[in-house]
Amino acid sequence: MNPEGFLVLSAILFVIGLAGFLLRRNAIIAFMSIELMLNSTNLAFVGFARFHGNLEGELAAFFVMVVAAAEVVVGLAVIVAVYRARRSASVDDANLMKF
Amino acid sequence: MINLLETLPDIPAVELEWMALSPLLVLLGVGCLAIVLEAVVPRSYRYLAQTALSVLAIVAALTLTVTNWATMPPSIVAEGLVAVDGPTNVFWSLLLVVGLGAVALFAERGFDGRSAFASAASTVPGSPLEREADRLRREHTEIFPLLLFSLFGMMLFASANNLLVLFVAVEIFSLPLYLLTGMARRRRLLSQEAALKYFLLGSLASAIMLYGIALLYGYSGGLQLADIDAAITAGTASQGLLLAGLLLTSVGLLFKIGAVPFHAWTPDVYMGAPTPVTAFMAVATKTAAVAGLLRVFYVGLGGAQWDWQLLFSVVAVATMVLGSTVALAQTDMKRLLAYSSIAHAGFILVGVVGAVGGGEGVAVSSVSSIAFYLLTYGLATLGAFAIVTMVRRSGGEANALDAWKGLGKRNPLLAVLMTLFMLSFAGIPPTAGFIGKLTVFSAAWVGGYGWLVLVALLTSAVAAFFYLKVVVAMWFQDADEDTVGDVESPSLWTWVVLLVTAVATLVLGLVPGSLLSLFADAAQFIR
Repeated sequence: MNPEGFLVLSAILFVIGLAGFLLRRNAIIAFMSIELMLNSTNLAFVGFARFHGNLEGELAAFFVMVVAAAEVVVGLAVIVAVYRARRSASVDDANLMKF
Repeated sequence: MINLLETLPDIPAVELEWMALSPLLVLLGVGCLAIVLEAVVPRSYRYLAQTALSVLAIVAALTLTVTNWATMPPSIVAEGLVAVDGPTNVFWSLLLVVGLGAVALFAERGFDGRSAFASAASTVPGSPLEREADRLRREHTEIFPLLLFSLFGMMLFASANNLLVLFVAVEIFSLPLYLLTGMARRRRLLSQEAALKYFLLGSLASAIMLYGIALLYGYSGGLQLADIDAAITAGTASQGLLLAGLLLTSVGLLFKIGAVPFHAWTPDVYMGAPTPVTAFMAVATKTAAVAGLLRVFYVGLGGAQWDWQLLFSVVAVATMVLGSTVALAQTDMKRLLAYSSIAHAGFILVGVVGAVGGGEGVAVSSVSSIAFYLLTYGLATLGAFAIVTMVRRSGGEANALDAWKGLGKRNPLLAVLMTLFMLSFAGIPPTAGFIGKLTVFSAAWVGGYGWLVLVALLTSAVAAFFYLKVVVAMWFQDADEDTVGDVESPSLWTWVVLLVTAVATLVLGLVPGSLLSLFADAAQFIR
């Protein structure tokens, strides 16, 4: 099987996630973009696993899902705390510290 | 009827090397136990229970590490996922020692009976709920299990022999740190902002690293470092995948080290986090990240050395130059120490680029010299941040450099200690920092990177300038009534950290020989 299609698709998703992180100003959306990047990685893992004919990549995808879930727990806690203190989740408003 | 069980192949039970893994398991187990204690121990005893438990766990893990180091040959354990070899033992010991210092700083509450952490981190800053929690003297004793989990992740990271374990470990040690960063008692908005920035940028870096890992998996067909090494040696797979994977993986590792151009989070996070957490992050995260970087690039990607040496030498130059020049302009102690830590990341990378392999009888190797450098840097950093917690004004820390003016007259002992740490940072004999710089630079020199050593020496001179700025402020400038910081005496916890780090900084500067040869003997990675 040729993994090229999956690799290209995962690269596109990864770049969309990266662009979303860099361009969007809402912390939640930025965080969702990171989740998209993690999922694009899962696609790459699974595609490569099929190509190489072993299970390590598919196994990796499960681990990534668990880690992503743990990251959501911590991340949303931080974002909610910031939102409640400032009434804003925009990353542009978090500017008390510069250089 | 066919018996299904007979047709299924045997699944062999996983055999774990319990003794080799025991330092990791102790930390993880005690961390879980400490969480349970939160639920069952009455509030008034929790502080005592948690501090005692954390100290015991770390001391036990350290004892086990040293015992294993002395008695067990290097081996790859846990079905090939974890390598317990010389460098692992060295870095585990370093991390555990730093962890002990961090527990002591976390446990400090000698300043009007309160710790550096928020009484209730979930409350809105300035709200009645926050004042209520403050009045009742609530505190988060969960910081101790969080510290243990983070330490566990760092140790796993330093010993990971598999890229997936590497990724999981980086998240295990980062997630508790994101939370700890946002829990400062004073200037809580700043602290929460630091946590947000650290979290977003940290998870971006680990996502990029994970994609790199996926590409390396695609390149070699395995996640073990040995698989990648074998694929590079065979050289039949696509070079594009290897280079892209190498580049993206290094992004995540360089982010954790705090190297340019992935350094932007460092000053903000160091400034906003509670000072004990900053001290822990500055030393332990860097130690773990450097250990992981060394293993991945020396063991897994050693065959592609020519590709990454160029990359790292460029990053090292940028890191050293930016770290030490921007530090010149800083007026806040914690920010200054943050830029100083960036500069030190550059000096460490100089040693990484040298890539001199270790072994029996090899005097100068990259791994041993970097381990020694991290030790000297860690001692000075822990000590300096301990002093930062003691210079205070109107109930909180006074971090502005102005507050430190005339410290030599107000409290000569503290000023002498701070001067010692600054001299060690600057690499001036007879402090440990001098020996650290000497060994790292000679590793790069032996590795054939003389020009990089030259750049490192020049930037060291620039860096020495801003360390001396602090010394001059303490001894030769007069305090201004409006900004002066008073020195408040902490409890025994901080004093112990301060004295141990100061004595060790001096002793390692005067007689480094035995420790250097101990590290040199343990400098070889197992493959």
